Amino acid sequence: MTHSSANSGSPTKGKSLNLQQKRVRSAYMFLTPMIIMLLVVAAWPLFRSISFSFTDASADTIFNGQSEWVGFENYLERRVRSNGDIRWRGVLADKDWWVAVWNTVRFSLISVSLETFFGLLVALVLNMEFKGRGLVRAAILIPWAIPTVVSARMWGWMLNDQFGIINHILLMLHLIDSPIAWTARPDTAMIAVLIVDVWKTTPFMALLILAGLQMIPRDMYEAAKIDGINPFKVFFRVTLPLLKPAILVAVIFRALDALRIFDLIYLLTPQSGSTMTMSVLSYREIQQFGDYGEGSAMSTLLFLIITTFVLLYIKLGKLNLGGEARQ
Amino acid sequence: MNRSMPRTIAFYACVLLIVLIAVFPFYYAIMTSFETGTAIFRPNILPESFSWDNYKAIFTRRGFVRSVANSVFIASITVGAALLLAVTASYALARVSFRGRGLLLMTILGVSMFPQIAVLSGLYELINLLGLYNKPWALVLSYTIFTLPFTVWVLTTFMRDLPMEIEEAAIVDGATPWVIITRVFMPLLWPALVTTGLLAFIGAWNEFLFALTFTISADQRTVPVAIALLSGASQQEIPWGPIMAVSVLVTIPLIVLVRVFQRKIVAGLTAGGVKG
Repeated sequence: MTHSSANSGSPTKGKSLNLQQKRVRSAYMFLTPMIIMLLVVAAWPLFRSISFSFTDASADTIFNGQSEWVGFENYLERRVRSNGDIRWRGVLADKDWWVAVWNTVRFSLISVSLETFFGLLVALVLNMEFKGRGLVRAAILIPWAIPTVVSARMWGWMLNDQFGIINHILLMLHLIDSPIAWTARPDTAMIAVLIVDVWKTTPFMALLILAGLQMIPRDMYEAAKIDGINPFKVFFRVTLPLLKPAILVAVIFRALDALRIFDLIYLLTPQSGSTMTMSVLSYREIQQFGDYGEGSAMSTLLFLIITTFVLLYIKLGKLNLGGEARQ
Repeated sequence: MNRSMPRTIAFYACVLLIVLIAVFPFYYAIMTSFETGTAIFRPNILPESFSWDNYKAIFTRRGFVRSVANSVFIASITVGAALLLAVTASYALARVSFRGRGLLLMTILGVSMFPQIAVLSGLYELINLLGLYNKPWALVLSYTIFTLPFTVWVLTTFMRDLPMEIEEAAIVDGATPWVIITRVFMPLLWPALVTTGLLAFIGAWNEFLFALTFTISADQRTVPVAIALLSGASQQEIPWGPIMAVSVLVTIPLIVLVRVFQRKIVAGLTAGGVKG
């Protein structure tokens, strides 16, 4: 499927070239509206956001053009005080920013690892033949179908310190002595966020991995079975290597989602500094404090981090995201 | 099945646990939504009381019906526009080889994945310049950032898989690309369009960050923002009953849709990616 049909079945050479040219011309015509739209809604706003990060734009000056160019000051600025002290200002000297970076990385690493592990587990179960498989598959799609805002509120209620069912069950089982304020306590807020995220997105992971599993020919297992190979060995030597492409793709989609996480954290643990991610911090800076300069500097840094991550991942994982035939 | 008894039991226990974890939170939300007064504050796994009061409370609140209407309007227009632009674009990307196609595809995938916060301030400026702030069209415009690349991407992978022979026959008959798309491919693409549209619709329906930023008045809110900002008389007094009722109401249509289109959705999600 490398080349499209026009190249393959061509009656005469001259006519085919003509046809191909025509096709390319109409292809450009078909693509133009989409490209213009993407330039307007994505490229231009991205460019403006990055521009803002080099200005002192605030809620008052953003529209009247009175914001001034400040270079890299929003990122890092060296100030010498009158008494000779040197002070560093800007996002890169901001403790909150580095906490947010750490929170985002920590959250992404743990959540994606757990989701991959549980997703693989669920996919292996769903790949078996058993009664009621259709129903189980439908059931695991429920968390995925629920809007994030709704799942944040549902779990917020279940994790409620006084009336929450989770504390109630844990108390009944004598696993804890007193109710835990899951979403408020600094040491449990991240756990709460992780629980909800893993619950909500494991189905997605499971479905992607299941699709990969179903492409492994059955006779591979049959052959291994006849040879009497230990099922664990089959899993690690046959299944897992064959699943690697599917898992790699699923992981990058999830990782990108995790790195930009906003709504769940904003809603579930609004007060907690221990779950503040880069997106949430940048949003606060822009919306709450009206500091478009620094807020945009943060979002630009997040954009750079994510882009670097994707490029590295594709290169290291030798990923073929395009789905085009390798040449 | 030649599995031994204990292993079968262990297997089904595992299945049961998966289902229980997946379903319980939603079950609990439904149960809470039918409880009122003090019953709500007694944690219990089986329902103790039953009343429609929370649902009545939701429908008497002016904002809820309005925000559902807003969400339906915004998501429908966004998805319709995205599909319209995507069908022709993905034909070009899937069936015609031209210079820069691979790069364009990667850029489209990149746009669909980049963090929304990265365009927030620029988009805020654009929306204000166009005079769309606090209007539904602001969200239609901003949701195009993720619905358009997504639909183009998925439709491209679908179209790439259509047999060449059909198109060749049409070309021999002298059909132009436009005729090929509308007459030859469209009938074959309907299932793909429905699935892609549905997934994009869910994405637009659930979106929160832009909706929160670009609307200010209660009557312009979408459902997720309305749910997020639903509050009681005081900060401490969160109206859990009505919140759960709204949550259940907006989730049930999604679960039904996902259930109906289950197979197709999985195909849509895995399109491109896993085939690689």
